[in-house]
Amino acid sequence: MHPEQARALLASTFGVEVAAGVPMVVSVAPDRWQQLAQYAKDTVGCRFFNFLTAVDWKEQGLEVVARVDNLDDNVALMLKTKLGPGVTTCASMTPVYRGANWMERECFDMFGIHFENHPDLRRILLEDTWEGHPLLKSYAVDTPHPPYR
Amino acid sequence: MLDVNKTTRVEMDWAGPERLQMNMGPQHPSAHGVFRAILGLQGETVVDVDAVIGYLHRCHEKLSETLTYAQYPSIASKTDYVAAMTSEFAYVMAAEAIGKFEVPRRAQYLRVIVAELQRVASHLLWLGTWCMDMGGALGGGATIFLYCIREREDVLDLFEALVGARLLYGFFQVGGTRYDIPDGWIETCRATIDRIDSRIDEYEQMLESNAFFIARTKGIGVVSRELALDVGISGPLLRGSGVNYDIRRNAPYSSYADFQFKVPVETAGDCFARYRVRMVEFREAISIVRQALDTLPAGPISSRPALKSVAQIRIPKGEAYARVEGPRGEVGSYIISDGSAKPYRMKWRGASFSNLAILPHIIPGHKVADVVAIMGSVDPVFGEVDR
Amino acid sequence: MALKDPPVPVIPAPIWRNFKELQEWEELHKTRPEGDKHSALFESVTEGIHSFPGGFVVTTAADAFLNWARKSSVWPVTFGLACCAIEMMATFCSRFDVERLGMVPWASPRHSDLMIVSGTVTIKMAPMLLRIYDQMPDPKWAVSMGSCANSGGPFRHGYHVVKGVDRVIPVDVYVPGCPPPPESLLNGLLLLQDQISHFKQTGRKAPPNEKVD
Repeated sequence: MHPEQARALLASTFGVEVAAGVPMVVSVAPDRWQQLAQYAKDTVGCRFFNFLTAVDWKEQGLEVVARVDNLDDNVALMLKTKLGPGVTTCASMTPVYRGANWMERECFDMFGIHFENHPDLRRILLEDTWEGHPLLKSYAVDTPHPPYR
Repeated sequence: MLDVNKTTRVEMDWAGPERLQMNMGPQHPSAHGVFRAILGLQGETVVDVDAVIGYLHRCHEKLSETLTYAQYPSIASKTDYVAAMTSEFAYVMAAEAIGKFEVPRRAQYLRVIVAELQRVASHLLWLGTWCMDMGGALGGGATIFLYCIREREDVLDLFEALVGARLLYGFFQVGGTRYDIPDGWIETCRATIDRIDSRIDEYEQMLESNAFFIARTKGIGVVSRELALDVGISGPLLRGSGVNYDIRRNAPYSSYADFQFKVPVETAGDCFARYRVRMVEFREAISIVRQALDTLPAGPISSRPALKSVAQIRIPKGEAYARVEGPRGEVGSYIISDGSAKPYRMKWRGASFSNLAILPHIIPGHKVADVVAIMGSVDPVFGEVDR
Repeated sequence: MALKDPPVPVIPAPIWRNFKELQEWEELHKTRPEGDKHSALFESVTEGIHSFPGGFVVTTAADAFLNWARKSSVWPVTFGLACCAIEMMATFCSRFDVERLGMVPWASPRHSDLMIVSGTVTIKMAPMLLRIYDQMPDPKWAVSMGSCANSGGPFRHGYHVVKGVDRVIPVDVYVPGCPPPPESLLNGLLLLQDQISHFKQTGRKAPPNEKVD
C-alpha cells in the first residue's frame, strides 16, 4: 500500500481532505471514528498502534488524536476527531487496537473523555478517588491537595 | 520433650481451586521502580494481573505547558531517566520540526554519539538489574550487576567530562547541543568502548552457558507478532517478536543515515530473544560510535544564538511528532505550539507505557517467578510510564 | 449558551484489592500505648547510676558504645522511587561502596534502620511510603535524597507531587542534587552517622549540638 494510494483511498472513503506528508492527517467526525480505525487497520494495513491522546481546545471542545503506522510500507496516519464543545464521549478504539486500552484510560483520567465500549474504563495514573481532570485547561497546574501540598 | 509418636499429623488436602490475590507492591526488591501488580494466583500460576501505575506521575505534560522550550529539555531527561539523552532528543527534535530549525552537522554527529553511548549505558543497567532480579540481590545475582555497573560508570564518566552531570543532563538544546567535546575526550571514549566491547563478550558467555538462565528465559513471556503490533510495543520487544523495524533505519533522523549498522531481529518472542536483540544492539551501538568519532566534522554546535533568556526560543504555530529510537523503544514527543514561548500541548509518548501494556496479555499462565523475569525483559522505566 | 450535561460515566466498581484487614491491623498498632517508652526498671537503673558521683561516665560510655554499634551497621531499606534510585544503586555498587560503612541494602523494612527516600514522592505513593516507614522498627532514620524528596524539586508545581517528603515522614538528613552524585549521598550518609553518634538514649539529654542537629 503506497502512501499516495492510501491517501487517495482515505480521501474518497471518508470524504475528507487528506494532506500529504509524514504522517498523513485524517480528520473525521466523531461518529465515524471507529469506522476510520477499522479501515486504517484492515484496508490501509496500519496494524501498529502508536498512541492516542487528546487536546483541549478550550471553547472549541476536545479533540482526540491517534497515530497508527503501517511498518512494512512506511505509511503513518494521524487520525483526529473533534468532539465539539461540551462533548466528552467518544467511541473507543479498543475493539480494533488492543493498545488503545491504556491510552484511553489515560485520556479519561486526564481529560474526562468517556469512551464507549471500553472494557475497563477507570483512572490509570491518578488515584480512583481523584477529583477533576488535570490536563483540561481549566485545571490549574498547582492545584492544592491538603495535606500533601 | 516432644514425643513424636504422640503428635498428630493433619493432612491438608487440596480442596479445590484456590484463588489468592497477591500484591507485588510499589516497593519491591526487583529494582524497577514504583509499580504495583495485583496478581490473581491459582496456586503458583498467575491467572490475571492488574497493573496499577501512576505512583510516579509527575505531571510532565501539564508542566510542559508552563515551561519554555529552553527550560523543558532538562525536565524531559527525567522521563526516561536511565536514558536521559534519548528523552531530551525527542522533545528537542519535535520543537525543531515545527520551527524548521536546521541543526549543524557537528551537532547532529554529537547527538548520535551521545545517544548511542547512552544506549550502551542503559542496556548495561538493564542487563545488571535483570540478572540481579533473576538471581536475587546479595545472593548470586549481584555478580553481573556489579560488573555491568562498573562498565556503566566508565560511560557516565565520559558524560560527566562532556556535560558535567552523570545521570540527567541538559545537553540538548533547540538548534543543536549545548556543549562541545573537551580535549582528550575522543581518546578516552575510544578506549572505553573498546574495553566494554571485550567485556560484553565475557558476560554473554557467562550467561549463555548457565543452564538456569536459559531455563528461566527460553519460552517465557512469548509475545506474538500480532500482539506486538496491536498493543504498540516498540524497540527490542518488537524486534524480538519478529518485526524488522528500527526508527534509526526505517525513518532515519539526525544523521543516522550516514552510518552502517545492523538491526537485530529475533522471531521467538520470548525473554531470551529480547535478550539476544539487546546484546547485539550493544555491539551495533559501539560500532556507530566508532564510525561517528572517525568522521566527526568540525563546525558550530548550534544554529541558534547562545541562550540569554528563557523565553528566547519562539516557535511558530504548528504541530509535530518527533520520534527517537530509545533503548526501550519509540520515545516520541507530540508538540502543538501556538506561537508563544511555551507549548500549547505536549504529549509524551513513552516507550515504557506502551511496553508495559503488554503485561496483562502475556503474564497469565506463568509462575510468579516468571513475572520477575518478564518484567525485567520488558525493561520499564517508570518515569516514562507515569510521566 | 446551554451546554448539554455530559452523561455520567458508569465506572466499574474497583475490585476488592485494598487488603482491608491489613489496614485495620496497622491502624490499631499505629499509636504506642502509654508508658511504652522504657520499662520502669530501665529508668530506675539509669537514674540510680546518675545519683553516684561520676555516674554519668557509665551512661556516656554506654551511649557511645551503643551509638557506635548503631551507626556502624545502618541498613537502608531499598526505597528507590525515581532517578535518584539509579544514583543510589550506583552508590551501593563497587565504585562508591557503602558496604564498607556497614550499610547493607535490605529489601524488607522490618529489618532495616534507614529509609533513603530517593525520588519524587507523589500523592498516590505517599501513603505507601508512610506505611513502609511505619513498618520499620525503632530506632530509625530517614534521609531525603535529591531535590524532589527535599522540596518537590523541579516538579514542585505539579498537582500530584508532594512538596517534600518531610510532609509525610520526619527526615534526619537532606541531600541536595538532581540527582545527587554518589559522592554527595555518601557525604549525607556520613553526616547521618555523625548524627547517630549523638543519639542519646540513656541518661540526661545533652543540649542540642549546632554542628549536627
